[in-house]
Amino acid sequence: MTDIPLLSLAIWLPIAGGLLVLASGDGRNTAFSKLIALVTALFGFLVTIPLYTGFDPSSASMQFVELMPWVRDYNINYHLGVDGISMPFVILNSFITVLVVMAGWTVIEYKPSQYFAAFLIMSGLLNGIFSALDGILFYVFFEASLIPLYLVIGVWGGKNRVYAAFKFFLYTLLGSLLMLVALLYLFHKSGSFAILDWHREPLAMTAQSLIFWAFFASFAVKVPMWPVHTWLPDAHVEAPTGGSAVLAAIGLKLGAYGFLRFSLPIVPDAAQHFAPVVIGLSLIAVIYIGLVALAQTDMKKLVAYSSISHMGFVTLGFFIFNPLGIEGALVQMISHGFVSAAMFLCIGVLYDRMHTRNIADYGGVVNTMPKFAALFLLFAMANAGLPATSGFVGEFMVALGAIQFNFWTGFAAATTLVLGAAYTLWMYKRVVFGDVANSHVAELDDINSREMLILGVLAVCTLAMGIWPQPVTEIMHATVNQLLDHVAAGKL
Amino acid sequence: MNFPLPDFFPASAEIFVLVMACVVLLADLFKSERQGWLPYLLTLATLAGALAIQVGTAGADTTLTFSGMFVDDRLSDVLKSCLYITVFAVVVYSRDYLIARGLERGEYYLLVLFATLGMQVMISANHFLTLYLGLELLSLAIYALVALDRESARSTEAAMKYFVLGALASGLLLYGMSMIYGATGTLEISAIARKLSDPATNMEVLRFGLVFLVAGLAFKIGVVPFHMWIPDVYHGAPTAITLLIGSAPKLAGFAMAIRLLVDGLPMLAVEWQQMLMMLAILSIALGNVVAIAQTNVKRMLAYSTISHMGFMLLGLVSGVIELRASGDIQLSYAFGSAMFYTIAYVLMSAAAFGVLLLLTRAGVEAETLDDLKGLNRRSPWFAAVLMMVMFSMAGIPFFIGFFAKLAVLQAVVAAGYLYTAVFAVMLSLIGAFFYLRVVKLMYFDEPLDTAPLVASGEMRALLSVNALAIAVIGLMPQSLLTLCATALGQAMK
Repeated sequence: MTDIPLLSLAIWLPIAGGLLVLASGDGRNTAFSKLIALVTALFGFLVTIPLYTGFDPSSASMQFVELMPWVRDYNINYHLGVDGISMPFVILNSFITVLVVMAGWTVIEYKPSQYFAAFLIMSGLLNGIFSALDGILFYVFFEASLIPLYLVIGVWGGKNRVYAAFKFFLYTLLGSLLMLVALLYLFHKSGSFAILDWHREPLAMTAQSLIFWAFFASFAVKVPMWPVHTWLPDAHVEAPTGGSAVLAAIGLKLGAYGFLRFSLPIVPDAAQHFAPVVIGLSLIAVIYIGLVALAQTDMKKLVAYSSISHMGFVTLGFFIFNPLGIEGALVQMISHGFVSAAMFLCIGVLYDRMHTRNIADYGGVVNTMPKFAALFLLFAMANAGLPATSGFVGEFMVALGAIQFNFWTGFAAATTLVLGAAYTLWMYKRVVFGDVANSHVAELDDINSREMLILGVLAVCTLAMGIWPQPVTEIMHATVNQLLDHVAAGKL
Repeated sequence: MNFPLPDFFPASAEIFVLVMACVVLLADLFKSERQGWLPYLLTLATLAGALAIQVGTAGADTTLTFSGMFVDDRLSDVLKSCLYITVFAVVVYSRDYLIARGLERGEYYLLVLFATLGMQVMISANHFLTLYLGLELLSLAIYALVALDRESARSTEAAMKYFVLGALASGLLLYGMSMIYGATGTLEISAIARKLSDPATNMEVLRFGLVFLVAGLAFKIGVVPFHMWIPDVYHGAPTAITLLIGSAPKLAGFAMAIRLLVDGLPMLAVEWQQMLMMLAILSIALGNVVAIAQTNVKRMLAYSTISHMGFMLLGLVSGVIELRASGDIQLSYAFGSAMFYTIAYVLMSAAAFGVLLLLTRAGVEAETLDDLKGLNRRSPWFAAVLMMVMFSMAGIPFFIGFFAKLAVLQAVVAAGYLYTAVFAVMLSLIGAFFYLRVVKLMYFDEPLDTAPLVASGEMRALLSVNALAIAVIGLMPQSLLTLCATALGQAMK
């Protein structure tokens, strides 16, 4: 334990850097702005590393806690802390931010300082979401993080960006406003906004049900679960590469994280009572959305649907209430953070060169971009859940957990291994293999060293987690077990 | 007969403003050609001086003077200080606009000062007649200001409409006051409150009067169904005048609601809270929905005002008034939340119209939504200012508007109106759409007009400070919340 407020640094350093980048403007000297952005992102990542090295995996309580009164009239505190569930995401988020800044280095020409500032500020706000232990503090970060992404999609997005940006913002706001009322109700009941106090607050079943659905409205939209997933393909397709990568790697995890931090522990009885509904919706996401992905002709849309399908696996893992399921789901979330970010960055590499995302416009890319094809193959395999990649670990754990819970649930869930392989590898085959499809493909240059570095780092992470997941799973054990005991005990 | 000289000290800021208004009138008359800036600077000096006097004479205790017609308490100190700062900003923002249209004459400053005086009197009123006097002083000054541009048919029409409807509302208010006078035999607000607990008081007449009182009040702050004048006046008045109407009078309107209803008729709280609840719900619904259909920014902001005032009323509705054994009245946090909301709204509204004024120049009005297109390319900083205001109005953190909404919603939930809270947030979602549309126009679209922005240095500086206040108070709302809570806690002795 150190006395340095690491979590505050992880939140405010990128935000301060982002404001600095904004202030540096878009004059002639954009190289300077970019340099500040990269340095800030790197430092933002470095300050999160002690969170891992200084973490005590045997304890299920909150660590690196910071507590200061914020708004005394309403008993709102600036209360930060991480446990085994939230800590990996703070690191993952800071890590992805570095890659996203590098990915946009030469690609963004319109107002680059605003672009980089938006990502840095977003990174700080997302860290805030994962480390907030006060309901209002959580909500404030949760809502505020919509602003940068709204601007990123709307300013640097594709043709239909305005529609996508509005849909993204309003959909998410709809859910979170209902959550706000639930938070206020909990404050009214308990006299506190501390999330950990709410975990202990006894609640009757009716109140629990209402709160459960209010939280569900917010988190299900964010995950997104079928049938409120329709904003995601639009947002992904229209967002610039960096926006898609952050949205997939971190944005989608917020909803899932919310289930673990709020729904399960605060309203455990309602969560158990309504679990069949959530499991049903998750299985629909896994199977139906997997089939939808198979039919896509746009690469980004395909990966977007594959994300929804993978996230269905995560919510399934949470609501079967066994350690394998929850830990598997958490591993799946982290793995998906690497793999989906990598997939979107790969598509970005192709898009920067060809300015099209249509699968039909490609073919035979391997002939002109062999290095890229090799890395892309690795990520495609990870997305399909091939053993020895990170994608396998989580899916296998959740599938095992689901079979323990109920054979047919496990059986239905396991179809994702087939469907995932089908849509990913078929897409890969059409884009990369075969003869050179047209003159544009023939003129492609292979990835440069910057792109090589970004994808290479992600490839190492994907493989490392697939081969040796122990360092990630061991920090979760204590927290997950405590959570499950708490849920099993109930509040009634 | 003994006639003691009243204590003028509590009213020193009002007296100062009145004297200075006369000085501005004279200075305007005798100034030379080259001294065109004189009324402007004198007005700013008056407002700064009034603020200094107000802060300097602020005390913890409540003082009544002029035979109990005028009250100086912490509530009036806080609201008046906000008032001076707001009017100061209004005058600075308006100058370039008025000069470009040949409207920058001594009358403007004179009328603004009289309007300020009217609002000061309203805020400090402890008597129905004082309140009415202040209200009319404010209203007459504003009717004249709306018609300041004599050549414009639209402004004249707006002024006419405002005048006729305003007179009607004043009539309603007076009628209500006379009923209450009939029932209680007094016009002094604190005496009325004492009379209410007297079993001999005729409650039927009181309730009858209350209905008219609420109607008059609802007209003045512009809530449904007494809102018809708001869009037309906001639209018809010159933008600089819309800025004035849309900001400072909301503070006076809030004070009027507190003085009339909370101070004057606490025993009838159940009755007036039911009425205000209806008004609040209708305003939030109509304001947010109709704003979507507007193409004119001023009209859009007018409907947004209606919804914001509805939200503010929700705070008043949720307030619990508790009579202590000692005769003191204890107020819940809810009233403080309504006050916080009002101050937050005034800050946001001033900045929003300020940016609109910034976009205008000689011969070019920035009124339609299309005029905002591509602002980010023309001026990234002022685009960011308007973006902050829009997100703040939509209630997105980290801006002041979020805490304003949170404080009110918290009060609503604490009062047990859970479904009202759900309704209010769902309509905020609809409202978020048109605020987002403004951001979309500024950031996602190409500009139609690429001329650089022309504005004086002091306007740019003050507008920036205004925007930073929205962000900084949004990050640290504690001190303003405390100020509002203590101001209202103490006012009720």
